[in-house]
Amino acid sequence: MTLRRVMIALLVAAVVAVPLAGTVSAQAKEMFVPSLVYRTGPYAPSGTPFANGMWDYLTMLNERDGGINGVKLVVEECETQYDTKQGVECYERLKGKSGGAVAFNPLSTGITYQLIPKAGVDKIVVHSMGYGMTAASDGRWFPWVFTFPTTYWSQASSVVRYIGQQEGGLEKLKGKKIVHIYHNSPYGKEANPTLEELAQKYGFELTLLAVDHPGQEQKATWLQVRRLNPQWVYMSGWGVMNQVAVKEAAAINFPMDHFIGNWWSASEADVIPAGDGAKGYKGATFHAPGTAFKVHADIVKFVYDKGKNIGPKDKIGEALYNRGVVNAMYMTEVFRTAMAKFGNKPLTTEQVRWGYEHLNLTEARLDQVGLKGFTHAVKVTCEDHEGSGPVLIQQWDGKKWNVVSEWIPPMKEVVRPKLEAAAIEEGKKLGYTARDCSKEN
Amino acid sequence: MLDLLHAVLVAPFKDMAGSPTFLVEVLIGGLAAGLMYSLVALGFVLIYKASGVFNFAQGVMVLFAALTLVGLIERGAPLVVALVLTTAVMVALAFAIERVVLRPLVNQEQIILFMATIGLNFFLEGFGEFAWGSDVKKLDVGIPDTSFMVWGVQVNRLELTAAITAAVLVAIMAVFFQRTRVGRALRAVADDHEAALSIGIPLNTIWIVVWSVAGLVAIVAGIMWGAKSGVQFSLSLIALKALPVLILGGFTSVPGAIVGGLIIGTGEKLAEVYWGPLVGGAIENWFAYMLALAFLLVRPQGLFGEKIIERV
Amino acid sequence: MIYREAGQFKSTYASDQAVFPILQDRVIAGLVLVAAVIAVPLVANEYWLQAVLIPFLIYALAALGLNLLTGYAGQVSLGTGGFMAVGAYAAFKITSAFPGLNIVVAFLLAGLAAALVGVLFGIPSLRIKGFYLAVATLAAQFFLIWLFNKVAWFTNYASSGTITAPPRRMLGIMVTGPEATAPVRYLVALGLVALFAVIAKNLVRGRVGRSWMAIRDRDIAAEIIGVRPLRTKLLAFAISSFFCGVAGAEYVFLYLGSAETLAFDINVSFLVLFMVIIGGLGSVLGSFLGAAFIVMVPILLTNAPHLLGLAMPVALQKQIELMVFGGLIVAFLIVEPHGLARLWQVAKDKLRLWPFPY
Repeated sequence: MTLRRVMIALLVAAVVAVPLAGTVSAQAKEMFVPSLVYRTGPYAPSGTPFANGMWDYLTMLNERDGGINGVKLVVEECETQYDTKQGVECYERLKGKSGGAVAFNPLSTGITYQLIPKAGVDKIVVHSMGYGMTAASDGRWFPWVFTFPTTYWSQASSVVRYIGQQEGGLEKLKGKKIVHIYHNSPYGKEANPTLEELAQKYGFELTLLAVDHPGQEQKATWLQVRRLNPQWVYMSGWGVMNQVAVKEAAAINFPMDHFIGNWWSASEADVIPAGDGAKGYKGATFHAPGTAFKVHADIVKFVYDKGKNIGPKDKIGEALYNRGVVNAMYMTEVFRTAMAKFGNKPLTTEQVRWGYEHLNLTEARLDQVGLKGFTHAVKVTCEDHEGSGPVLIQQWDGKKWNVVSEWIPPMKEVVRPKLEAAAIEEGKKLGYTARDCSKEN
Repeated sequence: MLDLLHAVLVAPFKDMAGSPTFLVEVLIGGLAAGLMYSLVALGFVLIYKASGVFNFAQGVMVLFAALTLVGLIERGAPLVVALVLTTAVMVALAFAIERVVLRPLVNQEQIILFMATIGLNFFLEGFGEFAWGSDVKKLDVGIPDTSFMVWGVQVNRLELTAAITAAVLVAIMAVFFQRTRVGRALRAVADDHEAALSIGIPLNTIWIVVWSVAGLVAIVAGIMWGAKSGVQFSLSLIALKALPVLILGGFTSVPGAIVGGLIIGTGEKLAEVYWGPLVGGAIENWFAYMLALAFLLVRPQGLFGEKIIERV
Repeated sequence: MIYREAGQFKSTYASDQAVFPILQDRVIAGLVLVAAVIAVPLVANEYWLQAVLIPFLIYALAALGLNLLTGYAGQVSLGTGGFMAVGAYAAFKITSAFPGLNIVVAFLLAGLAAALVGVLFGIPSLRIKGFYLAVATLAAQFFLIWLFNKVAWFTNYASSGTITAPPRRMLGIMVTGPEATAPVRYLVALGLVALFAVIAKNLVRGRVGRSWMAIRDRDIAAEIIGVRPLRTKLLAFAISSFFCGVAGAEYVFLYLGSAETLAFDINVSFLVLFMVIIGGLGSVLGSFLGAAFIVMVPILLTNAPHLLGLAMPVALQKQIELMVFGGLIVAFLIVEPHGLARLWQVAKDKLRLWPFPY
């Protein structure tokens, strides 16, 4: 049987051909930037634009400026399919490659939880921008993990503040009903403690409705919403849960401008299936949507016109594309900050960490970069790896997202104490000791 | 303790009695959801009934059918042409599956065939994404997803259409299996491959027919579910929601798929709305399985399944 | 003809009933074990240990457990992920309540907890058979995952909702936690899986295993000759869940380091079932071969383009990987429907007679 022989030969060959991950030594004047992406699998509609944004920005820097201060960035994508196991495999394969990865953006809360303990041991920075473990925002306990520009808890407080603004003042929230629809996982539950505390403080009636993963069937949830008839609905969703939720809300004629999704529930992919019914749906974000920025013009000129892009040109400026751009921008500004201190050469991971912790991104600098008005200024300190950043509200008009609010600051007085308590708890679990920020520069 | 008993055994029923229109809405929602599950379960039943294979890849076939349809529509084909072409693609797929997967594995144990469909599942996942991309696609078949009021109860147009489609499809299938020659041949093959062969039923043709019909059912299911949530990878996870329907109704029964769907759909929604808040919600998934399990304990082969006759 | 198997005469019943009756087999098995214990940690780099070998050992243990239940006792179960989750969360609770307790003892106690849960969800097997039982065990899977998500007590009320492996030492060396090095964790996993493989092999060759196989093949006839179905089936569920529970505890403590419930969802159950079927139902070696296949083939396929020097976009690479993986599964099943273990057996038989064809 030739098929049998072929299969046996293949098996033997596979066993014999030991796939040792090839180690390429670093070239001079190069820094290796791994990019964990999910372009396939159940969350690909969200992962693909992000990966494109990241790739485009970094490639644009290489093409336009020759890298950062003369140091080229070598970008390699690794497909995780948003799966924790594959994320670990990517991390292990890439962390030592080409002279060592300088930082990791895990792009998945599950993978982030994995990498947080490893970050301190392998001494590589993990930047979980606006996702991951909120408690890791306390830099005294987690020196190698950064969550700036803002976290889920801050976002929840900002959204409540926005709702207060829409209702005519935070005192007017008393007696109103707010429903939080969340993905039944640690990610979805992140906002709940903050919301509960704010419900007590401002007197609104909070109902928490969990949607089981993957959230393809939400009839029961939305029937309950219909019965409760809340004034506002906030959603911490992910993947298909978002699309179905927006559709169901439209189907029960819920006023879409009172439905706010968090920054992972408000992208183009989430509103497309609902079509016109999604008009008016709002979402939180920490950067502007659209292409009206100099950086985007440069990206078209130096990446798309030269054919070095991966994704299609008409998807530039999508919400998640811009998120990839902002992630890449933070990373490269960190490199610049570190190079200003340590010199214009490939940085070690310790130097990169210093850079992350001393990032001071001002409005003036954002203008220089070509992103004026794109995102808010960020200052990272030793204690505050969150930057405690404000949030914007954007609204879908049927064709694109438009910013419909000013920058809304979070309620630091509510969020920070809880964050510090959680950091102590999580840090002790891993056997860490807090460092003293006053002793460091 | 008494509080707990009261909360579980009395309060939900008082709640139901207190707002009957809402109860009717929940029931209608449950029935509609159940019928949507039945659409998927029907594919499983067809293939199991006729070839004894538990087709793990049914969910991915639903996704693949929906992807093909949407892909063709996006490339400019009018709806009817796209439907015809998609049907052709699914029939071609059936041919390919029969030739590559089923023919070499004739008469193997059920679990081996099950594993082969798992391999098929991975293959179609990769192939579907490779051919049509991984974006979310909107599927518009002209049925608006809006609701209208009937005697104070809100009814959704899309769900109503899905329910009617499912009912019609089941009626056609039932007639097909009971009244036509091909249907009888299918039942013979399901009973015993070798005996069917020995009386001259062409096994290969029958398998192609059955997998094509399952493919057609997958197209319908793909349209309904795709219209609800957009066509994307998660569509293949619908199969997991259809499994309790399968075991409750019986693997080999077409009316069982419908009845099972109705029971699971209503049970699941009632539990989630009235008992869910007691335990924090999101109990739909496991409740459906527990419900099916409870029925199985009484009838181990499902409500309408064939009684397993065991010989010593 | 590699070596002559004839001519080794036994003089005691014990030596005749040994697992490896032939001296050369014993020597080879010993060498493999020595190589695995000594050579591999020295030679393999961290990527290989962390991303390939440790998950292989852990999945092999889970596959072993499921093989006992599905391959030997004939009860198809899709609740493996849930039972692994029970083991993981139980181990977490035990070790956080008793930090001084040896971590391996904590694993074993967690396995006991999983065994109890397994017995509970195995009760329907007395009435339900075949694929119906498989789908019914999904009830266990979904319910357990929901339970761990819902009840914050299991995660010690952590705000993150995840469990983290705390740093624990054994004989002075850090075994779990972020400081534990990959070779140490690999050796612990290897030790546990080797121990359980020996236990499993002896179980299946003894009275317990035979009663399982009797139930699997002809359960009514088995009942008639005195094999008690209640006890036998529940014992199968208990032992299988014990193995899966220990594997689950290892999954979090020795491999991932920190996990949320999504790490134990339905995909894990399906994955372990695939390993068992591909490796060979009813074979201890088959569990290992199946785990190796399912763990290593995707990694091989991911790294293949790098090795061949092809630069492919990652999405395309992953899609081709999926297609090849699916194709390989079907191809292997066509070549040998009874799994890789049977293929190995056939290979050995052919080698006995080589160079003669028969």
